[in-house]
Amino acid sequence: MSENKVGTRTDFPPTPPEFLPDAVSEHPPEHPVTPYLRMERIPHVWCPGCGIGTVVKCFASALERSGADLDKVSVVSGIGCSGRAAGYLKLDGFHTTHGRAIPFATGLKLGRPELEVAVFSGDGDLSGIGGNHFIHAARRNMDLLVILINNFIYGMTGGQNAPTTPLTAKSSTMPFGNFEEPFNIPHLAASCGAPYVARWTCLHIRRLTWAIEEALDRKGFRLIEVIAPCPTLYSRLNKLGTGLNGMRFYHDNAEIRHGADTRELDIDFQKSITCGKFVDEQKPTFLDRMDEHYGRVLGDKYVPMPVEGGWLQ
Amino acid sequence: MRQLQPVRDDLPRVCDLQRGRRRGDRGGVVVKADPAGVLTGAHYLDGDFACGEGAMAAGCRFVAGYPITPSTEVVERISRRFPVMGGTFIQMEDELASMAAVVGGSWTGTKSMTVTSGPGFSLMMENIGLAAMMETPCVVVNVQRGGPSTGLPTMVGQADVMQARWGSHGDYEIIAMSPQSPQEAFDLTIDAFNLSEIYRVPVMFLMDEIVGHMTERVMIPPAEEIEVIPRALTAKTREEFLPYQINGKPTPEFARAGDGYRFHTTGLTHDERGYPVMSAECQETCVRRLLDKITDNVDEIVRFEEEATDDAEVVVVTYGITARVARLAIDMARRRGVKVGSLRLIVIWPFAEKRIRELAGKVGAIVVPEINYGQLVLEVERCAGGKCPVLPVSHGGGSVHDPAVIAEVIAQAAAAAA
Ligand code: SF4
Repeated sequence: MSENKVGTRTDFPPTPPEFLPDAVSEHPPEHPVTPYLRMERIPHVWCPGCGIGTVVKCFASALERSGADLDKVSVVSGIGCSGRAAGYLKLDGFHTTHGRAIPFATGLKLGRPELEVAVFSGDGDLSGIGGNHFIHAARRNMDLLVILINNFIYGMTGGQNAPTTPLTAKSSTMPFGNFEEPFNIPHLAASCGAPYVARWTCLHIRRLTWAIEEALDRKGFRLIEVIAPCPTLYSRLNKLGTGLNGMRFYHDNAEIRHGADTRELDIDFQKSITCGKFVDEQKPTFLDRMDEHYGRVLGDKYVPMPVEGGWLQ
Repeated sequence: MRQLQPVRDDLPRVCDLQRGRRRGDRGGVVVKADPAGVLTGAHYLDGDFACGEGAMAAGCRFVAGYPITPSTEVVERISRRFPVMGGTFIQMEDELASMAAVVGGSWTGTKSMTVTSGPGFSLMMENIGLAAMMETPCVVVNVQRGGPSTGLPTMVGQADVMQARWGSHGDYEIIAMSPQSPQEAFDLTIDAFNLSEIYRVPVMFLMDEIVGHMTERVMIPPAEEIEVIPRALTAKTREEFLPYQINGKPTPEFARAGDGYRFHTTGLTHDERGYPVMSAECQETCVRRLLDKITDNVDEIVRFEEEATDDAEVVVVTYGITARVARLAIDMARRRGVKVGSLRLIVIWPFAEKRIRELAGKVGAIVVPEINYGQLVLEVERCAGGKCPVLPVSHGGGSVHDPAVIAEVIAQAAAAAA
């Protein structure tokens, strides 16, 4: 359906606009990502200063720039604040069970291989309760774009400790500070074999948009970790100020090091955050391997599942 | 070793029974099976293999599973045959993932199934609830073994009957069926897929270890004799379509991911747009319909087989392998002069409530042998409502009943009723 192809990939990375419109009109023009959102559901549930909305906006802009056929893009979320993202994007959207977004997305991809399936969820959902699915999908190189929003805490349930909470940071279940070693998410993904691994913060709006655009163009298990402020819980419990203070902190402490060794990407409490693209390689996906293998072993007898899905009638 | 009673050849096959009944249901929206999935001919198959063949004949082309005894042969069969018919099997990392993948797979319109046994079934419950809430057609095969916990992995049990009905949280209705032979494992798996399409529910296929592992002759008809209900896709435009609008039908129209409808669906309580709405009113309309679509159609769904109940003093209610063991017991009791009939449940949930109520009003007692310490017997007792005594013949699992024990209970029940 070509009329759904919005935007075309021209230059990459794009040239930024030369000026910003300064007119403050009483009827501001429609926001450019409005067509990608379920506007009837706005206002959304996220708190002022929360980073999740920024990531949704970057995802929508990246979709626009990528020229993807939006009819074929599905977005799957688990549970939690970030898990609500699937409900605001005007795509085939699935808001599933806690931790199971990746296996649900796996079913979508295998049931209809032509789909571009994006998983959009939080650190607790994807690396805590869903940790097992995360590592196995990366190991299989399942063809999924995974956007993991890391705010270091369980937001929706009230600020409990997450598998990503930095050492010494406070959470409602670690009131004296966290003493559990947190996950280094990019390293986890890379060590399981993910062919595309990047990390950005909510401050890096353009770079994050380009990264998502680039990842949409790749295949296999693509992980983008986005560090996002949770002013309501994480920042409050740790006396870190507002969402704006969080942005200032990213501005002063985010260090861009493309190709950095993923072993060195741990995030310490209020120390520097290494961002960038760490892994970008071509590798056969689960479906590539399956087709290649059965084609070799079974020859003409092999009947791959049609791209549009299994036998309907 | 006592011989199991063969399945009687003179009774119509379940598949024939259903075909007659089903034709009216959907105004002709049935199609012939895809020949690629149908291994026409006479075979010696165990129940697990027969179930796998039934799934492929029904059009199932996506299976996600995790190995667990005694169910694994189902996916072993499927993983060997899928690559030549355009299907995908994936062995997931656990049962939670398997069930989640099946729900995802089904939303692409590809008929999807998972296969497990008791402990894995427990792990699937959360996403079975999701399937019920999202109204996702799918089939969950549970080859039951003795429990609780790891229990008796290679030995028979029938103790997941209540888990199949009530295992996930919240209020919902599912369909559960139980075959007594490999032939029925084939026929009923097709039926399970068809029912899941009509009512958009997960259908629980409750085999037991013995049916799963017994080898018998299985007749697989030609593809053109197998009637399959395809996924009925909506014909509406994107603008008109609402994923949970029902227009007087029991279930909403289905749109699959990737067809341009850009719908939203969630496990949260939702309105007809599929959007979450947190209110008591929305809960009432949303969840009420999940129950009504099954409870309003019980007569269409329930299947059972009855024998000699007209003048019976005692009726034996059975399902699965216990039905075949009880047949010996019934013969023994008849030789002792007891007028005993039999009601074999093919569909367990929804329950054959109406028929059991009627029987309870006519007979002196109902005997319920099952391989657990009392699950379905509670439901029979509820339906009997004190009109006649209901006697369990409990057995913890690991083997089938000794028919003499069932016969003894039948005789005692008859004596007490006289
Ligand atoms: S609780 Fe935190 S993560 Fe959740 S919406 Fe509020 S600010 Fe965002």
